[in-house]
This record gives sequence, structure tokens and C-alpha cells, in this order.
Amino acid sequence: MDLEDRLGKIDMKRKWNWPLWLGFVVAIASVFSYEFFAQFPITRDFPWANLLLFGIGAALLLVGLFRAFGRPQLYRGKVFGSIFAAISLFLFAFFAYETFYVLRQVPLSAQAPRIGEKAPEFTLPEQNGKSVALGDLLSPNGAVLIFYRGHW
Amino acid sequence: MRSFQKRFSEFTARGVHIAAISIDSVDINRGHAQQMHFTFPLLSDADAAVIRRYDVLHRGVGPKNNDIARPAEFYVDANGTVQWVNLTENIAVRARPEQALSAIDATKAGRRD
Repeated sequence: MDLEDRLGKIDMKRKWNWPLWLGFVVAIASVFSYEFFAQFPITRDFPWANLLLFGIGAALLLVGLFRAFGRPQLYRGKVFGSIFAAISLFLFAFFAYETFYVLRQVPLSAQAPRIGEKAPEFTLPEQNGKSVALGDLLSPNGAVLIFYRGHW
Repeated sequence: MRSFQKRFSEFTARGVHIAAISIDSVDINRGHAQQMHFTFPLLSDADAAVIRRYDVLHRGVGPKNNDIARPAEFYVDANGTVQWVNLTENIAVRARPEQALSAIDATKAGRRD
């Protein structure tokens, strides 16, 4: 009875393990902020902003886990800290797979027109329905053609 | 494409047109051009015939596993000859306008010699 009482009191006194919560939020944000950072070429070409955020989140989670497992009588978070860390790692693995593997699966385009070759002629409708031919675009000093994935 | 729009006047000053090509329909392009304030033509290559002709097709990665264009940029001079090609190895990394502008300037300089 006495022991249970004391355990209960210790439990009540255990501190809130804030690095676990903050680390989890930052780690989640590092992945879900991809759309935001993709708006800017500097953070889109290489996702360093996301990697930096994840690094901060992971460091905080580690601090939180060390507290929870090192001094469990003082800090909470053995169970939920582990769950947070696992979810963060899983999300980050998915993010890394997408950005470092899927985005790099680009066709070779070995037959694309090369420097010195004639650009294939075309006629296509523009946004107002008017037909535009490559020839219309070349005067006076040529044209930049941008092929893009589209908005569907 | 937004970065090209931002520096559109520098292309115009060089007498160079910009045109963007995708499989998007004319209607989608109209909305997109209005929303993004694009002043250059967005060309609709709905059946990807031109995209195929330029060999910049990316098979099966569209919304219904259809074929779309991969990102690619070309500078074609007044004679219709390709002077600069940018084929990215990462879908997220696109050509910057300064790359195209320096290719245009290099072409012009080369012609004068």
C-alpha cells in the first residue's frame, strides 16, 4: 500500500519530456514542408531545408529518448517517445526514397534533339486556342522551349 | 516556369520567345496561365505527339498512369537549330532562366565571330 502510494507520487512528479514532443513535431514538419520549400529553386534543387529540419527533430527526439530511458523515474516518454521516433524514421525513409530515388527516375531521352540539330517542327494550340507553330516563335532571335510535366 | 516569367523582359529584350509545352488541355492551360500570370504561350500537346518527337516522354507517370513530358528545356535559334539543351537528372531540378539567357548570349556571340 505504502509502496504503491509512493510509486503513484513519483509518477505524478515525473517531468514532461518536452524534447520528444518538439522533436516529433519538427520531424513531421520536415517532411510535410516539402511542398512549401519546393516553391523556391534553392530549396527544391536539393532538399537541404527539409534535411536540416529533420536533423533538428531527430536530435531533439534523441535527447528525449535518452532522458526517458536514462532517467525513467524523472522523465516520461519511454513508450510514446519510441512510437514518435519510429513514426519519424518511417516518414523520413519515405521522404528520402521519394526525393533521392523516385525524383531521379527520369528517362534518358537519348533521341532528343542535340545541339546543332534542327528542332522538330510542330503546331499546337496555346491557352486561348490559337495555333502556334515553332516557325512563328523563331523570329527574330529564336525561342526557348520548356517541356514540363503539367498540372493535369 | 515562374522564374522564366519573372525574367521574361530579358528574353523579350533579346528578341527570344518563350513557349511551354505539356499534355495539359487548352482549358487547363488557360486557367493556369491566368492564375500564374504567364504572358508566354502554354502549348497543349494533349496526345504527346510533339513530346514524343522531341523524345522527352516520361511513360506512365501521369495522373492515370498516362504518358507525360519530362522536364526539358531547349534554346532554338532563328534558323530552327538547337543551340542549348537541358535534360535534368532530377525531376525537381529545372533549368534556371540565367542558364537559358547565357546560352542565348553565347549563341549570339558565336554568330558574330
